[in-house]
Amino acid sequence: MILASGPVIPDFGSGSSCEVSNGWFCTEWITGHWGDTLQPALLQHVELSAVAVAVGFVIASALAVAGFRKRWVDAPVGSFADFLYTIPSLALFELLVPLTGLTETTVEIALVSYTLLILYRNMVEGLRSVPDEVLESARGMGLTRLQTFVRVELPLAAPAVLAGLRITTVSTISIATVAAFVIPKGLGYPIFTAIQQNLFKTEILVAGGLAVALALAADAALVLVARLAVPWSRAR
Amino acid sequence: MPTQAAELVFDEATKQYPGRADAAVDRLSLTVPAGEICVLVGPSGGGKTTALKLVNRLIPLSSGDIRIDGVSILDQDVVQLRRSIGYVIQQVGLFPHMTVEANIGTVPRLYGRPRSWIRGRSAELLDLVGLSSDYAKRYPSQLSGGERQRVGLARALAANPPLMLMDEPFGAIDPIVRARLQDEFLRLHREVRKTVVFVTHDIDEAIKVGDRIAILREGGRLAQYDTPERILREPADEFVAQFVGADRALKALALRTLGELTLAPADGVDGVPRLPAETTLRDALAALLAAGAERGLVTDGDGRALGVVSREELLR
Amino acid sequence: MTLADAFTPGTFLDALRFIPHNTGLLLSKTGDQVELSFAALGIALVLALPLGLWLGHRHRGLTLALGVSTLGRALPSVVLIAFGITVLGVGFWNNTVALVVLAVPPILTNAYFAVDGVDRDVVEAARGMGLSETQILFRIELPLGVALVVAGIRIAAVFVIATATIAAIAGGGGLGDVIVNQPTYGLAGVLAAALCVAALAFLAALALGLVHKAVMRRQAPRT
Repeated sequence: MILASGPVIPDFGSGSSCEVSNGWFCTEWITGHWGDTLQPALLQHVELSAVAVAVGFVIASALAVAGFRKRWVDAPVGSFADFLYTIPSLALFELLVPLTGLTETTVEIALVSYTLLILYRNMVEGLRSVPDEVLESARGMGLTRLQTFVRVELPLAAPAVLAGLRITTVSTISIATVAAFVIPKGLGYPIFTAIQQNLFKTEILVAGGLAVALALAADAALVLVARLAVPWSRAR
Repeated sequence: MPTQAAELVFDEATKQYPGRADAAVDRLSLTVPAGEICVLVGPSGGGKTTALKLVNRLIPLSSGDIRIDGVSILDQDVVQLRRSIGYVIQQVGLFPHMTVEANIGTVPRLYGRPRSWIRGRSAELLDLVGLSSDYAKRYPSQLSGGERQRVGLARALAANPPLMLMDEPFGAIDPIVRARLQDEFLRLHREVRKTVVFVTHDIDEAIKVGDRIAILREGGRLAQYDTPERILREPADEFVAQFVGADRALKALALRTLGELTLAPADGVDGVPRLPAETTLRDALAALLAAGAERGLVTDGDGRALGVVSREELLR
Repeated sequence: MTLADAFTPGTFLDALRFIPHNTGLLLSKTGDQVELSFAALGIALVLALPLGLWLGHRHRGLTLALGVSTLGRALPSVVLIAFGITVLGVGFWNNTVALVVLAVPPILTNAYFAVDGVDRDVVEAARGMGLSETQILFRIELPLGVALVVAGIRIAAVFVIATATIAAIAGGGGLGDVIVNQPTYGLAGVLAAALCVAALAFLAALALGLVHKAVMRRQAPRT
């Protein structure tokens, strides 16, 4: 397995009875190793995901504005994003390694690629969903092109964009577990080491549970943000 | 497949939704003789659409009964019942993934009719509703609103049902096309003579189309069930009088044409407006007023004089 | 390690040379992966498709459909594989179950929305005309919603192939076996396997894309 030499590996030898019998939920292990295993992994995971979503958002926004304005941009950009999205995550990570090595950069490039499709498509859809009559009345009232964009088109496109952001964030958090194949970071790493350590159940359960919880928490948070930011629509 | 026209009887038919004080349809009792057009009309919330949907059991009866040719709808399998009733709704609901021909052939196909039969029947019905045969292979998305309604009508007639239910079929059509569709529908009915229950909120449409009109008031109660003439001349109560409108006398004039009157001989009358015999009394009155004339010359289809009518006669 | 040190695009050439020298190995691994993916996708279709179609027809279970959709996205494949091997041990079932769990959400959710989203007037007309509920589902709702259904299956297929790769760490075999075994096959081998996995995913997406197009062609033309 492509893993750089990793940090602490739980040592069953001097473990509690729970650890020795490989129980599902050894609280002693959790409290004992929160600081050196679980918490760093969690924070790394958050960082990896957040950076990927942020970068993806910026790139997708730029592409979306271009794709929305010029039809001939839309098809190739959409197809390329779709192409990237189809490549299985592990394969994409590996294919980037000869180019960017066993680094966080590799992971981020791959994660960003996966955010592009949904963000791009949702942003373009959101912009397209603004009714023509609304734009016309804005122009008729004397708003400039930029003002129309900022005050009318963006708010009306927001529900679709936020929906896409929500899907993307959850997916990114999920895919980031695979990063552990390349670098010893993120919640995937404790899971791998646990599998290698005679399937240490507690570590798998807790790390896995944290990953799921993180994703669901992000989802809930974004639902809340959407409801506050765009109260006039029900974002799915 | 069933044929001919059926008699429809509502017998204390009631629909009560739980938690609501008023019934949607309250002990409706009326008989629609075979071959007649009965129009259900009333303000929104009056239960007319609900009453219609009770007949094909899209909405279940709370109590009471509805009988078609003496057989209770509750004694029949619901799917078989619906196949024997033609159903037309305001938005038509043509199947977008099927051609016009396939749409029309939906119920016959359920009865097992082969495709060759359906092709013939579809051509026959397209002709009946006034569409040319090259509509058969078109798709609903390629049709205008009026054309879609005609196809919807053809589809409802395809299995030759003895009873037709029509829920505001012309409601979504613009007024000019609507008038034409109403005329064509009446022409069609003269040919095909089915029992029709027709729902509308437009009293003028009800008067034009109905052999008999049932006015339902809020709470689903029957206010009056009568021919258009009698409703206009003798409204049962204040509600009906208000509903048909203060101009009901004028509306009544729209029900008859000049051809129905006994006319005075047209001896050498000159310089008066010429009015075709099919003109309604109301339009004739309007024409005379516009021309400032006391009398008008009634002509037949070829322009020959039939007689003379005076303004006073019209107002009688 | 700086980026410059890491940058060895020449390895791709090695990978391309690896392929013709090891076709037997790669084909056999691909075969294993296809077999696992097909089995899992098949089971997921049998479980999720009828349920999604039926719920959509009854317009019931929206919360379920949405919840399943979110949960499916939030469950990392790695976690599923890990749970699979922990609970079921290494064998036929641990990875199949994990893949099925992953494939069900897109199929279920898309089937639901495909049927639920059909124009209600069309459905009412069909019901009023006397089509039975099954006839309405199969002759009206499904044909009108089939594009979305196929899109969901396509998503599921790509997910399954991607996760089957990862399943190698739990004895899943397939091309993932090569990818996680750099000591045995060298980086060239790993890259070759990665290329094959990508190709496999594309083929699946393409195949279902063609199904999608074929289905759309039988629909009404959009004017």
